[in-house]
Amino acid sequence: MSDYNFAYLDEQTKRMIRRAILKGLAVPGYQVPFASREMPMPYGWGTGGVQVSAAALTPEDTFKVIDQGSDDTTNAVSIRKFFEKTAGVAVTEETEKATVIQTRHRIPEAALTEDQILVYQVPIPEPLRFLEPRETETRKMHSLEEYGLMHVKLYEDISQHGAIATSYAYPVKVADRYVMDPSPIPKFDNPKLEMAAIQLFGAGREQRIYAVPPYTPVVSLDFEDYPFEATKADHPCDLCGAEDSYLDEVILDDAGNRMFVCSDSDYCRCRREAGHVGRLGVETAA
Amino acid sequence: MAVPAQAAFGGGFADPAIEAARAFRAAMNVMAKPGEIRTLDTAVPPAPLSAAAGTLLLTLCDPETGVYLAGPCDTAELRGWLAFHTGAPVVAAAEADFAVGTWDDLQPLDQFRIGEAEYPDRSATLIVEVAALQPEGAALRGPGIKDVAHLSLPDLTAFQGNAMLYPLGLDFFFTCGGQVAALPRSTQVAEG
Repeated sequence: MSDYNFAYLDEQTKRMIRRAILKGLAVPGYQVPFASREMPMPYGWGTGGVQVSAAALTPEDTFKVIDQGSDDTTNAVSIRKFFEKTAGVAVTEETEKATVIQTRHRIPEAALTEDQILVYQVPIPEPLRFLEPRETETRKMHSLEEYGLMHVKLYEDISQHGAIATSYAYPVKVADRYVMDPSPIPKFDNPKLEMAAIQLFGAGREQRIYAVPPYTPVVSLDFEDYPFEATKADHPCDLCGAEDSYLDEVILDDAGNRMFVCSDSDYCRCRREAGHVGRLGVETAA
Repeated sequence: MAVPAQAAFGGGFADPAIEAARAFRAAMNVMAKPGEIRTLDTAVPPAPLSAAAGTLLLTLCDPETGVYLAGPCDTAELRGWLAFHTGAPVVAAAEADFAVGTWDDLQPLDQFRIGEAEYPDRSATLIVEVAALQPEGAALRGPGIKDVAHLSLPDLTAFQGNAMLYPLGLDFFFTCGGQVAALPRSTQVAEG
C-alpha cells in the first residue's frame, strides 16, 4: 500500500462516479455523463474502466485485468499493478477467483457468477456516433427511441457484403429500450452479455458511464431473414484444442504458416492444465 | 444553530475511503439486484434516521447534491450532522437529488424530479425509511432479477406508476435499521 488515497481517486470524485453508476444501473444501457478525471495514463488506455473500477473496489476484492482476453499484455499488467499499488487489493489471473474483472474488448469464456463484477473499457460509447456525429442529435435519437438509422447501417452491410459485416462493437438493445455499444468485443461475445454478473462500462475520454444489471435482456440487432450470428475463426485452439472459444490468429513465419490460439489466456491455461492438447501444443507435465 | 457537538460531529465514517467503498458496494448490489436485502450499518446518524439511511447519505452525498429532509426528519441535529459530514445543502423537494423520510412524509411523489427525456439520470433518488424490510410481498420483475423477486413495499400503485414513466422516473432505496434494499424505475411491480 502506498500513500495514495484508497484506489487513487479522491472521495468526492468517487462519489460522483458512484452516483453515475447507480443511475446507470437504474436505466440499463443509457449513457450517464460523468466528470471524467485525468488519470496517470493516456486517454484510450482504459481511463474510463479504471475510474469505474476505482469507485467500485473494496479492500476485500480480488482484481483481474484482461486485454483482449489476455492477462499478460502491457495494458492489463499496468492496470493490475496500478490497483495493486493504490488500493492494495489482491490480484489474480484466474477468472473464477476474481471478484472484479476489468476488461478491454473481451468477455471471459468462463461463465461469470452473481458475485462478480465486469468492468469494460469503452473507447466510443455512442453506438450511433459514426452514423450521426452530433451529440445533440444522437441524444435526441435515444430519447425518441429512434434507431432506424442503425438498422439502415446493418441493411447496407447486407446489400454490400451479403451478410452483416459488423464483427465487433456489434450494437445491442438493452431491456427493450436503449441501443448500446457493448464496447469493441467481438460479436462472438454478444450472447454472453446476458449474464449473472453486474456489467459496468466506463468511457474516460468520452465521459460516459453505463451499466447492465444481471439477467437483463440484451438483444443483438438483426433482421428476421438475416439473424444475428456469433462468429469465430473456424478452427480449434492449436494449444488446448478448444472448439468453443474465441481465437487469435498468430503469424508464425514468412512462409504463411499460422496458428490459432484462445484469446482468453486463463481459459486456455486451465484447459492445458486439465490435459487438453491442441495441434501445436505440448503435453504439460502433470 | 445550537446543536450538541456530539450529535453533529459523531457517528460518521471512522475510515471514510474504506467504509464508503464497502457501503457503496452494498448500495450498488441492491440497486443492480432489486429485492436483494443487504446490511448497511456503518454510520450512526441522529434520530430519527436509521443507520442504513445515514450510511447511504454519507456514501453518496457531498456539496454537489441537494438533499431533501422530509417531515420529522428535518431536525436541527440532522441538518448539522449532514452539513458536518457531507457538506450537502438541504433543498426543497423539487430540487432534490436525494430525499429521505418515511413513505408518508415523502408524498406526493410528483414533487420530485423524474429526469428529462434526453437526461433521464437527472432524477431524484428517494431513501424511504420503512418499518420492516422482508423478501416477501410484491413481485418484482425486470433487469437484475433472474425470474421474480419479492420485497415488502409500502405501496403498489405508486411503483407501478413510476415504472410506467420509464426511462424517466424515481429510484428508491428502502432502509430499515441497518438493512437496505432498492427498487429502480426499471422494475415491474405486481401483487405478490
